[in-house]
Order: sequence, then C-alpha cells, then structure tokens
Amino acid sequence: MIRIGNLEKSYGEQKALKGITLDVENGEIFGLIGPDGAGKTTLMRILVTLLLPDKGFATINGLDVVADFRKIRTMVGYMPGRFSLYQDLTVAENLQFFATVFGGTVEANYHLIKDIYGQIEPFRNRLAGKLSGGMKQKLALSCSLIHAPKVLILDEPTTGVDAVSRKEFWEMLNNLRHKGITILVSTPYMDEANLCDRVALLQNGSILSIDTPAKINASFKRKMLGVKVVNTSQRYGCVNLLKEMKGVDSVFSFGDVIHVTFHHADIDEIIVREYLFGKGQQDVLVEEISAGIEDVFMELMQKN
Amino acid sequence: MNQLLGFIKKEFTHIFRDTRTMVILFGIPIIQLMLFGYVITTEIKDARIAILDHSNDNVTREIKNKILSSGYFLLEANLLQENEIDPIFKKGDVKQVIVFERNFAQRLEREGKANIQVIADASDPNTAQMLYNYTNGIVQDYTKKKYAGFTIPVQIKSEVRMLYNENMVGAFMFVPGTMALILMLISAMMTSITIAREKEMGTMEILLVSPLKAPHIILGKVAPYLLLSVIDAFVVVFLGNVVFGVPIRGSLFVLAFLVILYISMALSLGILISTVANSQQVAMFISGFALMLPTILLSGFIYPIENMPYALQILSNFMPPRWFIDALKQVMLKGNGLEYIWPNILILSAMTIFFLALSVKKFKLRLE
Amino acid sequence: MDRINPERTPIIKVENLVKKFGSFVADDNLTFNVYPGEIFGFLGANGAGKTTAIRMICGLLEPTSGRLEVAGYDGYHEREKIKRNIGYMSQKFSLYEDLTIYENIRLFAGIYGISRKVRLEKTDEMLKKLQLEESRNKLVGGLPLGWKQKLAFSLAIFHHPKVVFLDEPSGGVDPLTRRTFWDLINEAAHQGITIFVTTHYMDEAEYCDRVAIMSEGKIVALDTPAALKAKYQADSMDGVFLKIARNKE
Repeated sequence: MIRIGNLEKSYGEQKALKGITLDVENGEIFGLIGPDGAGKTTLMRILVTLLLPDKGFATINGLDVVADFRKIRTMVGYMPGRFSLYQDLTVAENLQFFATVFGGTVEANYHLIKDIYGQIEPFRNRLAGKLSGGMKQKLALSCSLIHAPKVLILDEPTTGVDAVSRKEFWEMLNNLRHKGITILVSTPYMDEANLCDRVALLQNGSILSIDTPAKINASFKRKMLGVKVVNTSQRYGCVNLLKEMKGVDSVFSFGDVIHVTFHHADIDEIIVREYLFGKGQQDVLVEEISAGIEDVFMELMQKN
Repeated sequence: MNQLLGFIKKEFTHIFRDTRTMVILFGIPIIQLMLFGYVITTEIKDARIAILDHSNDNVTREIKNKILSSGYFLLEANLLQENEIDPIFKKGDVKQVIVFERNFAQRLEREGKANIQVIADASDPNTAQMLYNYTNGIVQDYTKKKYAGFTIPVQIKSEVRMLYNENMVGAFMFVPGTMALILMLISAMMTSITIAREKEMGTMEILLVSPLKAPHIILGKVAPYLLLSVIDAFVVVFLGNVVFGVPIRGSLFVLAFLVILYISMALSLGILISTVANSQQVAMFISGFALMLPTILLSGFIYPIENMPYALQILSNFMPPRWFIDALKQVMLKGNGLEYIWPNILILSAMTIFFLALSVKKFKLRLE
Repeated sequence: MDRINPERTPIIKVENLVKKFGSFVADDNLTFNVYPGEIFGFLGANGAGKTTAIRMICGLLEPTSGRLEVAGYDGYHEREKIKRNIGYMSQKFSLYEDLTIYENIRLFAGIYGISRKVRLEKTDEMLKKLQLEESRNKLVGGLPLGWKQKLAFSLAIFHHPKVVFLDEPSGGVDPLTRRTFWDLINEAAHQGITIFVTTHYMDEAEYCDRVAIMSEGKIVALDTPAALKAKYQADSMDGVFLKIARNKE
C-alpha cells in the first residue's frame, strides 16, 4: 500500500531523513517507533504530501506523493501530532466541516466511525476545546475517517493521553484494520510497538530495524537477566552495584525490574545473586528474561 | 461548491463565536469614527487675532463683523500701524493678523478688486494654514453673497482653497480617511490573522491535506470578511452622515462599487501577508506596521500629500488608501461620478489584481 | 539505609487544597505530604489538574482554599520565598536556546544569587559530570534534545534547592537518554533533594518512591508503586491505572 524508497529530507544543514526504505502492506498496522527528532513526523508529512522529499520516492496505492498529490489527498486520512481541530466549533460542527471539505456527508460514511464517534456523540454540542484528552482524540480520529480513506496516517496519537484512552485507542485502530484500512502510526512509547503488525525502529533519521515485534524481540541474541529488588528504596543502590560488577555490559531500569546484560555468556543468575548478596543486597530476585523492543532499540542505538 | 459553502459557514461560526473578533469588527469602527470625528478634530475655536484696518469703511467693517462672529476668532487688538504687528506676534497670544488695505471699499467698487493681507504665526504651520483658510472662506462667502447680482466680477483678492468645504469641518476630512483605515484594519488585518491562526493551531495542516484547493481556502476566508466589511463601510458612511453631517453627494451605486473594490484590495493584501506570517502575532505586526502606518501617514488622511517631501509624495502613489480616500472624497463631497474617478478605480483594480495574483501564487499547498 | 523517613517533617504539606478558575474546579480538595529526599511521582492524563497543582505548589498560583506549605513557607503569603527554595524544569521551556551553555549557567546562578566563586567551581564540576566541557561555549539550541534535558535538570538543581519540580522531563527522548536522565534524578535524590515529577511513562512511575494518581482534579490513589500494584492486583503501574479507571466507572 505504501512504498518508500531511499527517502531523504534535510532542513538546511540538518538531515531529518537519511535514506528511508520501507513498505507498508495492505491492511496492516505499521508502527514508526522512535524518540523525538527521529524523523517520524517528517516521514509522515512527506507521505501526506505536506512536504517534498529531497531524494528518493514514496507512493501510496501506486500514486506518487509528489506528482499525484491531489489524488493522494482524497484517499488519505491524517491526524497530525497536535490536536488540530477547531476548538471553537462543536463536536458535531467539526465533523460536519471535515465531511464537507472532503466533498461528502457525515451520513455517507457514518458506519465507519459509528463505534468511535458514538462514544462522544452525547457531547455533540460541546465545543471541541472543552473536551477531555481522550475525547479530543476520538473526535480527531472520527474527522480523519469521515471521508473513508484507504490509508490512515496518525502522528503520535497517544502522546499525552492517559493510559485508559491509549488502550481504547489501540482497540479502535485494531477494529479499523479489520475494516480494511491500512494504518501507519507513530509513537515514542516503545511498549506500543507490540500492538502493531510490523514496526520500524527509527533513530536520527535512519531505520534501525524493520520487522514484526516478535521477530525484533527475538533478534536480541544475548542473555539477559532481570533483577527485582524487593525493597524498592534500595533499587538505586543495587543498580550502581550491578554497574560495578565485573563482566557486566549494560544495566538499565525497566520499571521495577533491572535489565542486565554481560560480556560473558557464562555469567548466570546464581553468580549475580551471590554478588549482590555479598554486597549486602539479600532481598533480590534474579531470573533470566527475554528482551523487549526497548532493549533491542537501545542495543541498536549503541551499535550505531 | 459545497466545500466552499461549508468553509464559509465555518468561518462565520468562528467570527460570531469570538467576542474579540466581534468587537474589532463592529466596536472599533464606531469608536474610531467618533474619536477622529470629535477628539482629533482640526477645527479651531476662538483663535486670537488682531486686525489692522487702514480703510475702516463700511465694507471692511462688515467683513470684520463676519469674521469675528464666525466663532473661530476672538479679537485681541485693533492695530493702528504696521509696526505694531511684529510686537503683538512676539507676545505670542495672537495667531493671525488681518490687514485691510487703504481705500478698501473704494477700490472694490472702482477696480472690482481689493486686497486683504493675512499674516499668520507660522511657528504652528497647521493652525496657521487652517486659520488662513477660515479667513479666506469667510471673506469669499461675503463677496459671493453681497455681490451676487453683479455682472462685473467683484473680487477680494484671496485664494480659495476649500471650495467644497468652506468652513473646513474636520469630520468632512476625517470620515473618508477613517473609512480607509477601518476597512484596511478589518479586511487586511483580520484575514491575515485568521489564516495565520489556522497555521498556529495546526488546522492548516489538515486543510492542506484535504482536497481543498488554494482558491477555495482563500475565497472561504475572504468571503465573510468582505460581507462584514461592506456592512462596516455603510455603518461609517451612515454615522458620518447622521452625526457629522458629511454629505453623500455622489451616487450610492458608485460609492458602493468603490468601497467593495477597496475592500477587495485590502483582503488581497491580507492574504498576501498571511502567506508570509506563520503566527497571529506576526500577522498582526506586519499588518499593523506595514499597513496601518502608511494608511495614516502617507495617504493624505492626516498630512496633506502636497506638503510632503518629494520622495514621500512619490511613495504615496503606491499607497492604495491614497487613491481610495481621494476617490471617496470626490464621490461623497463633490458628487463626482465614474467619469472623474476612473483613474483611481483603475489603479485600485490593478493593485487588487496584483496582490491577489501574488498571493495565490505564493499560497503554499505544502508546509514549506 | 532508607532515605525517606515519614517521621520527619514533610517538605511539602498539602491539605484540602482547592483551585477554582471561575466555576471550573481545577483541583478539588488535594491532600498529601511529600517527605525530604523522596521521589514523588505525580501522574494523570493531560487536563487532570496536575499542572495547576504544580503551579500552586511552586508559588506561581495562589490557591483558592486549603492549606499549602512548601519548605516551611506558606503557599499564600510567602510565595516568593518558596520560589527561592525550589528548582523547576519542564519539557517545554527551561533553557535559552540562543545563549551558550556557560551563559545559561551564569544566568541561572545569577537569578538565584550564587556567588561567582561557587558558580565557577560548580560549573566545572557539573560540565565534567555531563561530559560537556568541550561544548561550554556552544549555543544550547544546537545540542541534541537529550543533552538539553540533562543540562536543564542540572541547572534546576544548581542552587541546591530543597525540592525540584520536573514537569514531564523525559517526554519524547530516546530510551537510553531517558535512563541516564533518571540516573541523574536518583543521584540528586540521594543528595537529599526532594524530587516532584510528572510523567506519562508508566515504567518511570516505578522509579518513584510514592506516586499520586490524579483524575478530574482529584487524587484517586496515593501510595508506593508496590502497594498500589498489590492493592489493585496488577503486575505493572499500567495495570493499576486501568483498574482505577474501571473502578471509577
């Protein structure tokens, strides 16, 4: 559905995209995962024809984003990073406006947004600016769907939204995928990668890796131990102890678990537990764990 | 077409829902008109003058009576000799001295003309000019009425400048200028701000990604302000007429045409500004600085163009309000029609087309 | 070696704190204490009332009603004194991008009245720690986001405040930088600086000694992450969040 080849883009001296190549298949949820400044927004803006690439090509459904930009604009739904609806218009007025702008009516495609819009319809006469974060997001999604786009491009839709709304939002995306809409979504939250069919890990304008979340996780070949400190106030001390331990490669906190990797494969949980024990940390749980996207991301970052 | 109508409807909703916009649209024009009309009026009352009457006949006495009863002047002193003039100016109270030549009535009767010398304190040139004009007006008025039936022309030598505004009523000058200013403010500033706001709020991103074309967006933004500006123009004309007695001597049709043309010009300018301004503040700054000041200073609104340095006179030719104010005065005060103001119309049309073409060309369909 | 001792006098005392804007109640009856040296997490969606609460505690906004004491100063009448004793850093603004690193340091030191001698000493120490010695005369605007954040944090605690407020300090940075950033936070906490932090990352909530969860202007939960997880039978803070939201409905 989306094909991107060797795409480059610079703002003056600064290179935002350094040769991006990726394909998004029909009907999948594809995630662009990376921190601010990785190039996610630039890439999306090129796809929705808001920016011109310096080099390379990008097509959506076979249409070139530069040459056929008018056609692309009718078939793509786009939700920018910031809440970009009219705050001084009501919920219903916003939806109505975007329907007419795309030359359609709300009724024509209501079936597409029924599940989402239905939740905020009781507030249809409220000004969009007075909605809660989660409701704004639902309205923005409804507005970007009202012209029945083939492709949905969502720039960090879950940033700054509470955990519940985030969860609901991903459920909505999943439902939309079942209706045959291809979804390209970006997020700085690594844990959301697991909710995508495939993801591209982006850093400094380059792709670190593209694959399914499972395969990306599996690409982490080294042994990793998870250390849980029962008395949480001692966790920081424990992190420092582990950093000083011989043969340790990396020590990172992941919530209440400390992820540790080693230069030598023969260091195991018993050695680590004994080491910590010897340093006065009796109350720790050590076990081998499998890596997550964030571990892979950090490993790839350090390699580059 | 539906897209455009939807857009216009949205634009109206924005306007009507925002009290600040409504105040700017309908409050400011009225306040500004009243301010210019009443407070910053150029009318002068009770200016102190002195008179040196070498003749002291019944004609000069009549003229003196007229001048002193006009309400503009207060007689400070009757002078007897030329050498008294200088000291009385130096004292500072007297703004103007009127000198009647010897045998005034006699010469007027025999030769058909007589001379009045007006000496003014030019340290305040505006006031001096104005007092001089008042005096001329009164004298002229006197001759006209008194010798109305005469076949031989009778002339008291003085140049009449304000033929159509004998008494130089301030509001007459200010209503056209205020109109030029208000329409510029509302049309150019408001459109540039409203487009800049879409950029600031991020909604422009969505509009650009939609199938809307540049003319759609521009027209959708402009249409509501065109309508509201026309309403404003009529409010100003109406108030000017009712409150200040500014006449509308020309055809209403020509007036409306002129006003709409000028508004279109201002709207095009507003769009042009918005193509370079990315935030409301910048839009406000540019329209305030680049439009308001020239409108006030270089258009002949407050400072007569003839009195400007040559370079500024040339520059004023490029100020659209100059042509508008001139045409407006012709239509409203002189009753002139298209046969007189066509050059102005032509120039304003050319400017409109130029700005519009430039802004459609500069309007970016992408973010860069 | 427990850092936090609940027996001690709280550094932040909040009791029935209310802030109204017109008829809108932004913060409704907040009550909590923060103890010296604690890392206190303040969680909630955008619009839950976090920012208003922080602004009151920082002395930027006067409360509508309730009691507020920060570092021993009253939140109504001694707001200027409060400001002298706290540090503040937010994701949006912290540093002047058009000044060099050193100029920023000099500015902040000047604002808090730090003497030249102390400033010079601390500057070298700080730049060394951040490995920014080479770049001391570079414009801040040209630094990568992660460095800016570390620098901003170091500046927020430059005058060794009693409490430092971090408003979404790690939003949008890469996972590696995020963790080195938390190392800095932990270090500061061990030096006795109380940390008051808001975040959207649930794993970061785990790094806090205690967290308060806000929703619609109210505190709906307040405890250690471990206790909250136990109470709501969740294996992560994410789960706690979801359960709380469900219970509300």
